[in-house]
Amino acid sequence: MVLTVGSAIIALEAKEIVYGAIGLAGSLFGVAALFFLLDAPYVAVFQIAVYIGAVAVLILFTVMLVREEKWAKEAPANSLTKIGGALTGLAITVVLAGAAVFTNLGQYTTITNSATFVDIGQLISTGDAPVLLVLALVLAASVVGALTLSRADKEGPAR
Amino acid sequence: MNSLSDFMLVSAMLFGIGIYGLVTKRNALRLLFAVEIMINAANLNFVAFGQYLPFEGGSQTVLPNAFGQTFVLFSIALAAAEAAVILAIVVVAYRLHKDVDVSELKSLEG
Repeated sequence: MVLTVGSAIIALEAKEIVYGAIGLAGSLFGVAALFFLLDAPYVAVFQIAVYIGAVAVLILFTVMLVREEKWAKEAPANSLTKIGGALTGLAITVVLAGAAVFTNLGQYTTITNSATFVDIGQLISTGDAPVLLVLALVLAASVVGALTLSRADKEGPAR
Repeated sequence: MNSLSDFMLVSAMLFGIGIYGLVTKRNALRLLFAVEIMINAANLNFVAFGQYLPFEGGSQTVLPNAFGQTFVLFSIALAAAEAAVILAIVVVAYRLHKDVDVSELKSLEG
């Protein structure tokens, strides 16, 4: 928990953006550990494979591709914006935490009848099969779009 | 660390951090970090609720509740696609402007 929240703060506040990317990977890893604690190992392994294996590495590549030294000393945000942002984040955290603490959700203390990956597989391949197909199409479209975006510029008239 | 409220607290903290980053940062990559953190907060809530609350639809028997985990699998895949598109946009913006400060990207305005 400390790893998750602390790394999330590092991800946003680290001076050097590479350290920020590593902090994000740490935060994602912390969430995966929480999934293990929740008795959901399938989702946890999926999270590690997709987020830390693919997204974090992709982000690191992009950061190293576009990094510039001046970002290390990038102009700090307006202090008014900073205070406002911190207050907004704090307010939302307090409201959501209040919803968690002051309702009767505290009565749920044991994981009842946890679903196995067999249940997940059955649900995906029967009830949610259309969703799976649409998701595959969305993934393909997004990858094609990303490739087109980064390629069209090379042939464009003005740079 | 073993009740539904604990996981909701962690999720709320992550969401608050994400909102803070979204409001204060202007670097496009930091904004992507903030969005990813918020998506993870939502995913954590989905799995926590799915695991702690039993599925009691129709029959009297309590069935294993796989809906939360299934939804999170779809959500993770969507987040990966979203990250790929955003990173492509960042690379293009850097080629055009030599900068990824979102307040400088006037050409993206409608």
